[in-house]
Amino acid sequence: MADKNPTTAANERLLAPLLSVASSPHIRTRETIPRIMWTVNATLIPVAVWAVYIFGWRALLQIVVSGLAAVITELVIQKQRGVARTWHDGSAFLTGLLLAFCIPVGLPLWMTALGSVFSVAVAKHAFGGLGQNIFNPAHAGRAFLLASFPVQMTTWTKMASLAPSAVDGVTTATPLGILKEATKLGHDGMSEVIATFGSRQAMLESLFLGNVNGCIGEVSALLIILGGVFLIYKRYIFWQGPVFYLTTVALLGWVFGHKGLFTGDPLFQLLSGGLVLGAFYMLTDMVTSPITRRGQIVFAVGGGLLVFLIRRYAGYPEGVCYSILLMNCATPMIDRIFVAQPPRSDLSQTEGGQA
Amino acid sequence: MSENQETSSALSPAEQIAAISGPFRGSKQTTLSGLIDDGVFGKNPVFVLALSLCPAVAVTNSVQTSLAMGLSVWFVLSFSNLFTSIFRNYINPKVRMPAYILIIATLVTMCELFMSAFFPVLYQALGVYLKLIVVFAIILARAEVFASKNKPIPAFFDGFGMGLGFLIAMLVIGVPREVVGSGSFWGRPIFGEGYQPILMIILAPGGFITIGLFIGLFRSIGAARERARAAARLEGAGDAMEVKRV
Repeated sequence: MADKNPTTAANERLLAPLLSVASSPHIRTRETIPRIMWTVNATLIPVAVWAVYIFGWRALLQIVVSGLAAVITELVIQKQRGVARTWHDGSAFLTGLLLAFCIPVGLPLWMTALGSVFSVAVAKHAFGGLGQNIFNPAHAGRAFLLASFPVQMTTWTKMASLAPSAVDGVTTATPLGILKEATKLGHDGMSEVIATFGSRQAMLESLFLGNVNGCIGEVSALLIILGGVFLIYKRYIFWQGPVFYLTTVALLGWVFGHKGLFTGDPLFQLLSGGLVLGAFYMLTDMVTSPITRRGQIVFAVGGGLLVFLIRRYAGYPEGVCYSILLMNCATPMIDRIFVAQPPRSDLSQTEGGQA
Repeated sequence: MSENQETSSALSPAEQIAAISGPFRGSKQTTLSGLIDDGVFGKNPVFVLALSLCPAVAVTNSVQTSLAMGLSVWFVLSFSNLFTSIFRNYINPKVRMPAYILIIATLVTMCELFMSAFFPVLYQALGVYLKLIVVFAIILARAEVFASKNKPIPAFFDGFGMGLGFLIAMLVIGVPREVVGSGSFWGRPIFGEGYQPILMIILAPGGFITIGLFIGLFRSIGAARERARAAARLEGAGDAMEVKRV
């Protein structure tokens, strides 16, 4: 039995009892899909409020349009398909909300709505609805918008801010955009980025607290991290996903800097772009990420590697969206390799468990 | 031809697909109109057999190229089936594939020379895909599955029906892709200045998504027809037995 291939071993583990189930009575968990989904939505409210403060009322409009379009699409499709109508369970609204968080605030509203319809209709329901989709719907919607409207999706207009002193510094390009353009010309990009903020200190503060141009949901790493930590506390997501994802990006960004080995700026890599939002809210999507913690680690490290490769070597300034979509493809394979194992005491009784 | 059957145990993937998806069974479909109907609806090369998806993605981003590719394949498929069938008893089974390719390549070259002479712009736009018709799965599959086992006239109409099905599929995919993805029809803008084309639809992912949605549509129509037929049969059986309602 020693020389059996890993797939057979994995299949045998699949056949082994996954959980020890005692006889009734059982305690029922109070967690339901609507409860989880609306909680996740609620943790994004601070981010949304801060985004409206930074970008003005237009940001709120984007969020409302995107969320409504997603919910209406879900309602219409569920009615049409004759399946259970769960449009109010918060999952469609979450898709819309997350999509709104990864588009520029100045995007025409009909494009936002179209992206949202695509997210729910094609990325979610064409695959069979909630729990069946291969790709994260919000990021699929963003990829659709980016491929369809490349100009509008990368135009960062300075918006009428509600903040007392309007956003200063970056107005027409995101920090990662400046970095990409500068490195294309053969410069070391970081000095250009830092120059737009004044100092490195100011740059990191802006990125952390949110005084920076970009997508709606990119504004504040702090508020996203707080929301994510709450989700980890509620055990809706594993901490392994975000931690390994962020660590991989920071580590690779530091080691392979633009000026040679160990010259990168890990904090800049961490805080810029949609990385934090992706790490806590997209990468950890229950449907499209691996089931086990070990699987999630592989998934997150792979995603981090892709983010680094795209940011450093590819044509796009930011790679969070594509990194997560690409890793979504690998999820079924990761799940085949890292199967949930029964507790140790059960293992000793079965031959297959020894492998 | 019985020798042929035995030696052809190692089928190519395309042939296997064709064999699984429903080779010609020669029961009720022997009428010529039945053959054509089969090619267009029952066994539509793109939407039902899912063969030749490569051109269906690659050249359907405009109506012109879709039409040109559809017509070329229609021509090649009809006549390759005809000639394969005519020569079927003279081809040594061991070298049948090269022989089919020779027939198909001759027809494709005719098609290519014709297009480069009369439609040079379209010829440029189709590029390598016109030459690739030689190895399209659907053409080889019909030669292997149908033409090599049937008489010339049915073989011709099988290719005619399949080619027509392919042409229709190309247009069904090509028209919405050009209209939505470029905002034009036959190269002319139809929506005016304000229209913002959805670029992704004319890119490869848009092609895959469009084909996927149409395959879904075809399958749901097929399933609905099947249900209707089953219901009709049940009703007929019920009438025949005069089942009393409780």
